Amino acid sequence: MKRALWILAVLLSHWRRHPMQLATLLVGLISATALWSGVQALNQQARISYDRAASALGGARTATLVGSNGESLPQQIFVELRRAGWPVSPMLEGRIQIGGRSLRLLGVEPLSLPIEASAAPAIGTSGLQGFLSPPGQTLIAPDTLAELKAAAGDTPLTNTGLTLPPLTPQNESVPGLLVVDIGVAQRLLNMPEKISQLLLGQRDLGPRAPLASIAGGETLRLVEPDAETDLERLTDSFHLNLTAFGLLSFLVGLFIVNSAIGLAFEQRRPMLRTLRACGVSALQLNSVLIVELVGLALLAGLIGLVCGYFIAATLLPDVAASLRGLYGAQIPGELTLRPQWWAAGLAISVIGALGAASASLLKAIRLPVLAAAQPYAWQQAQQTALIVQGALALIVFAGGVGCLLLGDSLVAGFAVLAAILLGAALALPAVLGLVLLLSERVARKPLAKWFWADSRMQLSGLSLALMALLLALGVNVGVGTMVQSFSKTFTGWLDGRLAAEVYLNAASDAQAVEIKAWLRDRPEVQAVLPGSRAEAQLGGWPIDLIGFADHATYREQWPLLESSPGAWDLVARGEAALISEQLALRLKLKLGDRVAVPTPQGSWPLEVVAIYADYGNPRGQLGVAIAALVAHFPGIAQTRFGLRVTPAAVPALVTALREKFALDNRSLADQAALKAESRKIFNRTFAVTNALNAFTLGIAGVALLTSLLTLSQSRLPQLAPLWAIGITRRKLAVIELMKTLSVALITALLALPLGLVVAWCLIAVVNVKAFGWRLPFQVFPEQLVQLVGIAMLASLLAALLPILNLLRMQPAQLVKVFADER
Amino acid sequence: MHGKSPLVSLMLSVRALQKSYRSGPDRVSVLRGVDLDVAPGESVALTGESGSGKSTLLHLIAGLDAADAGEVRFGDTLISQLSDAGRAAFRRDHLGLVFQQFNLIPSLSVADNLAFQSRIAGRHDAAWQAELIERLGLGSLLKRYPEQLSGGQQQRVAIGRALAVKPLLLLADEPTGNLDEATADEVMSLSRDLVSRTGCGFLMVTHSARLAAMLDRRVHLHAGLIA
Repeated sequence: MKRALWILAVLLSHWRRHPMQLATLLVGLISATALWSGVQALNQQARISYDRAASALGGARTATLVGSNGESLPQQIFVELRRAGWPVSPMLEGRIQIGGRSLRLLGVEPLSLPIEASAAPAIGTSGLQGFLSPPGQTLIAPDTLAELKAAAGDTPLTNTGLTLPPLTPQNESVPGLLVVDIGVAQRLLNMPEKISQLLLGQRDLGPRAPLASIAGGETLRLVEPDAETDLERLTDSFHLNLTAFGLLSFLVGLFIVNSAIGLAFEQRRPMLRTLRACGVSALQLNSVLIVELVGLALLAGLIGLVCGYFIAATLLPDVAASLRGLYGAQIPGELTLRPQWWAAGLAISVIGALGAASASLLKAIRLPVLAAAQPYAWQQAQQTALIVQGALALIVFAGGVGCLLLGDSLVAGFAVLAAILLGAALALPAVLGLVLLLSERVARKPLAKWFWADSRMQLSGLSLALMALLLALGVNVGVGTMVQSFSKTFTGWLDGRLAAEVYLNAASDAQAVEIKAWLRDRPEVQAVLPGSRAEAQLGGWPIDLIGFADHATYREQWPLLESSPGAWDLVARGEAALISEQLALRLKLKLGDRVAVPTPQGSWPLEVVAIYADYGNPRGQLGVAIAALVAHFPGIAQTRFGLRVTPAAVPALVTALREKFALDNRSLADQAALKAESRKIFNRTFAVTNALNAFTLGIAGVALLTSLLTLSQSRLPQLAPLWAIGITRRKLAVIELMKTLSVALITALLALPLGLVVAWCLIAVVNVKAFGWRLPFQVFPEQLVQLVGIAMLASLLAALLPILNLLRMQPAQLVKVFADER
Repeated sequence: MHGKSPLVSLMLSVRALQKSYRSGPDRVSVLRGVDLDVAPGESVALTGESGSGKSTLLHLIAGLDAADAGEVRFGDTLISQLSDAGRAAFRRDHLGLVFQQFNLIPSLSVADNLAFQSRIAGRHDAAWQAELIERLGLGSLLKRYPEQLSGGQQQRVAIGRALAVKPLLLLADEPTGNLDEATADEVMSLSRDLVSRTGCGFLMVTHSARLAAMLDRRVHLHAGLIA
C-alpha cells in the first residue's frame, strides 16, 4: 500500500510541475460531465413530472376497461361488471372551459375507486364525506388554482354556464386536471348515464364471470397499466434530441481529456520507464495510473455535477416553456435531483476518463522498458494512426449509409448523424495532412516550405482539438441551417394558417351567441368563422379534431402539401378530413385512405383527402367540417371563432370587443399578436439547442487553447534553430500564429460542407422521424460566413497566449536548446 | 559501517546466455553464449566495441529484458526464470541501475529522486541517505529539479538513487558517457568509494580503457562472446 502511495506521489508530481496540463484535463472532464449531467437533470426533471402525472388520479398506472372502439360506455355496464365480480370503478373524462382556459375534467366514483388509484386524501376514507355530500368538491392542483386566479371554496362557471362544486386545492393533483364526483361530471359534460372508462382494481372480489358473458362485455377492451404515458410518447423525440446534444458536448469534452492525457503520457514516458527500471512492475504501474485517473475523474466529476446543476437550472425555464408550449406538459420550475443523478454523473465522468485514456493506458501496459527516449515517437506513430483512422472513417461512413438505407426509426436517424460526424472527425487529420502536404509542394521559398512542413508536424498534436472544432462547427452549421430553414418555412406557413385577422374565444356558449349577434351589426367584419376542437385516439395516439367552417379563407389559404380533387367539398359534407403531415407519417396514411374516428356518437368514417403541414405540433390533427364535428361530439364548446376584418379596422374592433365583453388577452388576440406568440414558442423550442450549441463551440475553443498551450512547450527545438539563423522572435511569433490560423481556417472551411450534410440529415431524416414534418432545405451564406468568422476569432484567442509566451521568451531559454547539458 | 544486504554473500553468475534480435527479415545474434561471474564487493568493467552486446548483457542481468537461452543467477535466485513482476521486484530490492541518460524523474526534486527507489523498496534509511548526500556533494541541490542541474550533478543524483537501496549489485551503462573527463573521473571516484562502503558488486559498461583500468577486473566482449 505504502509502495503504491509512493508511486502515486511520483505520478502526481508531474501535474504539480505541469499545472496547465492538469487544468486542461480537469476542464475537459468538468465540461463533459457538466453538459451531460445538465441535460440528464433536465430529462430526469421532466420524467419525474410525467411519472407524477401518470401515478396520480386519472393517470395511466392502473389497468382500465375501455370501449373497444374508443367510444363512451353506458353506465349500466359498471353495474353488470360489479355483479359479475369485477373490481371496477367508473370514470368519465372530458374537457371544460373556465374563463377561456381549457381544463381536463375527471369524474370518479370514490366508493368503488381502487385503493391504488386514489392518491388524493379528499377521496380517501377521511375526506369522503365532503367530496360526496352536496355541494361536493372540485379537487384542483394549487398551481392550476393560482392560474385561474381563484381561491379555495370558489365555485366558477363553465363556458356553458354550469357551476362547479367548490374548488378544493390538493397537492397530489395533476396540474390542469379537475376531479369531481362522476354524477357532477355527467352534468357538466352533458353526458348523463355515460362513462368513458372503468378502472380495474387489483382487489380480489371472488370468482369473476368471463367478460364476454356479461351484457355489453363484448364491447370492452382491457388496457394494461401503461408503462409509458401519452406524454412520454409525445415528448420522447424532444428528450432524445436533448440527449443527443448532451452526448455530443460530452464527446467534445472527452476530446480535450484524450488530448491532455495523450500529451501527459508522452511527457511522462521517460518517467514511466525509469519507474519500471527502478523495479515497479507493469501491473503495479498501470494499477496506480488507473487509480490516479479515477481520482482525478471523481474530483472533476463532482465539480462537473455542480456546474451541470447550474446549467440545468439555467436552461430549465426554456425547457419547461417548450414542453408546456409544445406538449402541454407541466414541469415545475425548480430542479429536484435524485441520488441516482449524482451517482450516474460521477460514473459517467470516470467511464469517460477511462475511455478517453484507454489508448494511453494500453501504451503504458505495452511500454518497453528499454526503448530509447524518443520524444517524437508519438508523432511518427501518427502516420500509421492516420491510415488506420482514415480506414475507420470509411467504415463509419459505410455504416451511416447502411443506417440511412435500411433504418426506419429516430434512433437510425441519429445513427446516420453520428456516423457523418464521427466519420468526418476521423477523416479530418488525413485530409488536413494532404492539404498541408500539397501546400508544402507548391511552396517555393524555404521559409514557406518550412511553414507548411512544420504545420504538418504539429498536426498530430493538434488533431484532436481540430477534430473537436470540426465537430462543434459542423453541428453549429447544421443546426443553424436547420433552424433558419425551419424559421423561414414556419413564417410562411403561419401566414397561411392564421388567415383571419382576429381570433376570439368566448367565456361561455351564451357569451359566444351574444358576441356573434353583436358582430352582425359591425360593417367592418366581413365574416365570422366558427371553430371547434375535440380530442380522440387514433391508432393508439392522442389526436385533435379541428372543426372549421366551409369558407373561401380556408380553401384559398390553408397550406396543403397534397390533396385529392374536390377535397374541400368532401370535407364540407362531413365525409372526409384533412390530415396533418405528422399524423399521416405516423399512421402511414395517404390520400384516399380511410380512418374510423371513435366519437361519443359512434365510429366516424372519414376519407383522407388532403395532407397539410402542421409545424410545431407533436399531436396528430384531423381537419373536419365544424357541423359534422359538433354532431359527433355534442358536448364540445363552440366558443372559438376567427373574424375576417378590414385590416385597418382591427385595432378599433379589438378595443370595442374587449370593452363590451370584458375579454382578456387570452380570449381575444389579433393576428399579429398570435403570430408573435407562435414565433416566441418556436424560438424557445430551439433556445436549449442554441445554448448547447454555443457551449459545444466554447468547449472546442478551450480544447484548441489547451492543445496549443501544451504543444507550445515542446516547440522550442523547432523554433530555436530558426531564431539562431536570424529570424526574430516577433517574426517567429507571427509565423506560429499564422500556422494555427491556417489549420483552423482549413478546418472551418471543411466544417461548412460537413455542416450542410448535417443540416440535410436533420431536415430530411431526423426531423421526419422525430416530429413527422419535412422542410425545404435552404442554405444561408451569411450565417456560414459568420460562423467561419467566429471560428477564426476563437482560434485567434486560443493561439494568443502561447504566442505571447513566445514573444516574452528570454534568449537564454532558446540558447538552452543548443546546450549539451540541459 | 552500514549493514550488508542479506544476499550479499551471493555472487552474480551468468551461464551460456544468448540473445538475438529481429532486424528486418533477419535475426541478429547479439549474445552467443556468455559466461560471467561477479563476486561480492568486486568491481568489473565490461568493455567491447559498439554492437558487441555490452548493453544487452547488462539489461539481461538487470532483468530489463528476457534472454533467449542461458541463465542469470543471483545466489539461489534464477533471474532468467522470473516473471516480469518478479524481475521488477528483484530489481527494486537488490539492484542499482545507472544509465548514460541519467534517467531521473523530472517532476521530482533531487531529494525525492534520491529517496525514490529505497522508498518503494520499503528500505529507506534516512542516515544512509544523509551520508550519500554529503559524500555526493548534493546538500545544496536538494530542492532543485533535474532540469536545473548540470550533467555531472544529475549523474551524481542517479548514483545516489541507485545506492540508496543498498543494492547487491550496482549496474552502470556508460555512466560517464555524457560527461567531460574531469567530471567523469570525479563520478567514477565517488562510485568506487561508495561501492566499497556498501560492499556491493559493481558491473560497469564502458568504452574507455582508462576508466576500465580503475576497476578490479576487465572483461572484454567481442561478437557476442567473452574474449
